[in-house]
Amino acid sequence: MRIWAITKRVLKQLLRDKRTLALMFIAPLVVLALMSYIFSVNMTSNVTIGTVGVSQTLQKDLNKVQHVKVKAYSSKQKAQTALKNEQVDSTLEKRHNNFYATYANTDSSKTKLAKTALQTVLKQEKMNGLIQQFKQVQQKLPATAAQQQPKTKQTTPKIHNDYRYGNGNSTFFAKLMPILMGFFVFFFVFLISGMALLSERTSGTLERLLVTPVRRSDIIYGYMLSYGLIAVIQTLLIVIFTVTVLNVQVLGSLWLVLLITILLALVALSLGIFTSTFAKSEFQMIQFIPIIVIPQIFFSGIIPLESMANWAQWLADVLPMKYAADALTAVIMKDATFTQIAGDLLALLIFIIVLTAGNIWGLRRYRKV
Amino acid sequence: MAKRIVQLQHVHKKFGTHTVLEDVSFNLDQGEIVGLIGPSGAGKSTIIKVTLGMEKADGGQITVFGEQMPQRQLLKKIGYMAQNDALYDSLTAYENLEFFAQMKGVSAKEIPAQIDHAAKIVDLKNQIKQRVGSYSGGMRRRLSLAIALLGNPPLIVLDEPTVGIDPALRRQIWHELSRLRDDGHAILVTTHVMDEAELTDRVALLLDGKLIANDKPKILEKQYQVANIEEVFLKAEGDLA
Repeated sequence: MRIWAITKRVLKQLLRDKRTLALMFIAPLVVLALMSYIFSVNMTSNVTIGTVGVSQTLQKDLNKVQHVKVKAYSSKQKAQTALKNEQVDSTLEKRHNNFYATYANTDSSKTKLAKTALQTVLKQEKMNGLIQQFKQVQQKLPATAAQQQPKTKQTTPKIHNDYRYGNGNSTFFAKLMPILMGFFVFFFVFLISGMALLSERTSGTLERLLVTPVRRSDIIYGYMLSYGLIAVIQTLLIVIFTVTVLNVQVLGSLWLVLLITILLALVALSLGIFTSTFAKSEFQMIQFIPIIVIPQIFFSGIIPLESMANWAQWLADVLPMKYAADALTAVIMKDATFTQIAGDLLALLIFIIVLTAGNIWGLRRYRKV
Repeated sequence: MAKRIVQLQHVHKKFGTHTVLEDVSFNLDQGEIVGLIGPSGAGKSTIIKVTLGMEKADGGQITVFGEQMPQRQLLKKIGYMAQNDALYDSLTAYENLEFFAQMKGVSAKEIPAQIDHAAKIVDLKNQIKQRVGSYSGGMRRRLSLAIALLGNPPLIVLDEPTVGIDPALRRQIWHELSRLRDDGHAILVTTHVMDEAELTDRVALLLDGKLIANDKPKILEKQYQVANIEEVFLKAEGDLA
């Protein structure tokens, strides 16, 4: 069986290349662990608001808001200087019954926090005013009317939180995780398989291979089989690592996760081989990364695709990462079943078939039969 | 009469607008070594490529073993050694030989004997378990030749087989080629080394895609009234210019 002989040879070469092995199996784990740590760091920001001519009650209310501190200044100039020197994150001035806020806006999350705090406090102030008025009206009402009022329960209802995925401490990393898992498999398989076939081209072994009665398709299938196997091991490692060490929860079936990643690895493999056709050296192969690999992560759903313009959604439609990320997110976070992700799997399969056919045809460059 | 192995008839080949082969007719019979000589860019490699079916000729007819090329299955009967060594550095010599034997379709039972035989010819038996990455240039060249000899192919095509090989080994390889010829193999060799051309049974001189001479070295030397093939080569080039 020639396909199997090629598979065995590619695997043997890979196993003897310790650096590449480390890149495939250890690098993704290191990067995932680092990302998990970075996103778990407490990201709540504290805001200091410098006030000018704001009433005592409002200042007190603002101070009560979580993560907000108030500093009163006697003049607008002083407040502005404080803002410039980064002693406060924003200033609030009351003039003619209107509020004028200035934000440093060097950290958008701080600006957002200050804005929300202001709005909450102003709303509260309005409510307090209404309650006061209401009480005054109530007191003026005849006693009978007051008695007819049903007694309202004073206890506020308690909120019980239940999380379908993860828990209250789930960070942005949880949303990123399924996408990153797919991306790492995609990236490393793309790069290494592309390089492997490229070195066969440049060293002349591909030409020599094609001067034997081997079928062009046997070469491509041999590569797919060997890198498919590598991708299975890589995915297993990543999944086991994220589940046991990083405590990421997988709601759906692990088998589906594996199935999606293997399909994605095969897409990456055929795309890597396809791309290597257009590269004359390893350096040129690296040059394809910004064009082919980076956009995959932009349109993989890290930023919700629904809110993007039409052209961006169309672009996402032709990027295989989108389908894999979609399916992985569905299985890991929403316990999706096979039928629910069948569309995504089909899309990946179409990518594989089209690219593989292209690759087999592309070898005609070296041999016409 | 010896069996005809390769037959090129009025072959034309163009790459874009550039004509590489122009009306080349050329034969190779069983039991002979033919040397293909000519300056770089004359079309030597293209002749090899159309013979092997790597490239399709634009005109003319190419038959190998009496069958029209390109044809994949015929490659089983052809041993090819390219200009570059084309070896897998991270594999041992044995693994390289085994892999290419499998690709050639040598049956699993025969593979060990075939490898043994090929390694003996190029004198690599003792280093066969070493990784090719640690091989010297000469050893790589010999291993590359051994791969071409796998499966005992009736047609052997060698592109510059003795580049970078020391004189003793070069003599040994030519000795082996003569032996293979006597066994009835047909051998097509391209070379830059003119004194090697003297060792062939026939020299095909290629200039600018045209075959301008095709005969025994001695006859060519007489025809051009010179002492050796190198001068035939220079004179032919001078005549054309």
